[in-house]
Amino acid sequence: MASVSVCQYHSGGFSFENCKRNALLEADINKLGFSSPAARKTGTTICGVVYKDGVVLGADTRATEGMVVADKNCSKIHYISPNIYCCGAGTAADTEMTTQIISSNLELHSLSTGRLPRVTTANRMLKQMLFRYQGYIGAALVLGGVDCNGPHLYSIYPHGSTDKLPYVTMGSGSLAAMAVFEDRYRPNMEEEEAKRLVRDAIAAGIFNDLGSGSNIDLCVITKGNVDYLRPHDMANKKGVREDKVYGRPVTGSYRYKHGTTGVLTKAVTPLNLEVVEESVQTMDTS
Amino acid sequence: KTRPFFSEFRVHSTTIMAVEFEGGVVIGADSRTTTGAYIANRVTDKLTPIHERIFCCRSGSAADTQAIADAVTYQLGFHSIELDEAPLVQTAASLFREMCYRYREELMAGIIVAGWDPRRGGQVYTVPVGGMMTRQPVSVGGSGSSYIYGYVDSNYRAGMSKEECLKFTAEALALAMERDGSSGGVVRLAVISEQGVERQAILGNQLPKFSTV
Repeated sequence: MASVSVCQYHSGGFSFENCKRNALLEADINKLGFSSPAARKTGTTICGVVYKDGVVLGADTRATEGMVVADKNCSKIHYISPNIYCCGAGTAADTEMTTQIISSNLELHSLSTGRLPRVTTANRMLKQMLFRYQGYIGAALVLGGVDCNGPHLYSIYPHGSTDKLPYVTMGSGSLAAMAVFEDRYRPNMEEEEAKRLVRDAIAAGIFNDLGSGSNIDLCVITKGNVDYLRPHDMANKKGVREDKVYGRPVTGSYRYKHGTTGVLTKAVTPLNLEVVEESVQTMDTS
Repeated sequence: KTRPFFSEFRVHSTTIMAVEFEGGVVIGADSRTTTGAYIANRVTDKLTPIHERIFCCRSGSAADTQAIADAVTYQLGFHSIELDEAPLVQTAASLFREMCYRYREELMAGIIVAGWDPRRGGQVYTVPVGGMMTRQPVSVGGSGSSYIYGYVDSNYRAGMSKEECLKFTAEALALAMERDGSSGGVVRLAVISEQGVERQAILGNQLPKFSTV
């Protein structure tokens, strides 16, 4: 009789199986003289929400290179067309170039058709390009805009699949942001409520995900108008070092007035220096 | 039994189903798309229109099936304009088979093509991973289908009415969603017949319940 084989992955606690495998692989690679590749963290929180009059897109502003912050205030909301913007997570170069290519093609397409571009067109172009590259272009995008058919929001994955939804999150902080959305999203919100919701979702990503941080950028797109709020919220303002505040004395300053330390003895030794040689060199002012 | 598919790219780990009845077909699917252990979309629509009265149920890689469905939609639309009449369901299924077989090494797509045409009425064709194509009166697919072969084989009868087919499909999908971790969300159903397409969704709390455990 065939035994019932249920896949036994998690019998509680951490599974150390892969650690053994990794150690073996590491040893093999090191024997050949190579080092194992560093993990590339994508590190972002991006999200979007459809509300009564349009869409609100949000993003954090941290760009990471391994475990180091490469850019503390990078812009992750990219322009596609006057009525369509796109947030990008994943490999920074890939999101930047992909959105620029599609933006360029969409402008030509718009001139050819004589119409304002539609969000679904941008979605088609992006997904067909990403599918063509079979996931090697690491661009995870949140595409949003308002066109003649109303507000639209799409999430686009690196392998080329897309979802059309009322609220989406992407990036390493997406789970934290999605938790906020699932709690507080309602259809047909007002603009202020939608902005607050997106701001809070990105903040959740910033404070609970190591790969996201710094400020919160927002982009509010309505029919005929775009508000690009950069920064919308400086959630991680850098503090001021206390002893470097000019003009006023502060505690914690290590500059002390003369006389703070009492003088016990004072000995002055004049150094008699005689002039050995004196020469004058005129400056060449020709 | 195969291992559940844990990957960083998105799959419709799914349960899909299609049943023929006199006058049309009933198709159904769950609504879960996963990226590894995270549910990327809990309200996915896996029943994709290919033509006015021809749908396909998608399972496997989300990117692959969306790209294939878009390509076949274009090809079938063009073919239909050339013919100046509604395309046959078998034509749609053949187009799917042609693509899925030719690129079988690169793709991971399990598709059920179902619809109604004036010549042969309601038909269900299954095009599983690998690119085979065969017509079946009832077909299930996706990771959750393993759990309901027994239920389907024992409860299917030829000559069921539309309402009986709807109930049969909804119950089978509910059972699969109960047991398969990769299936869940809502049950999406559609009835395709000469009159057109009627779509409905059964939300979580309204799903048929079986066990009291």
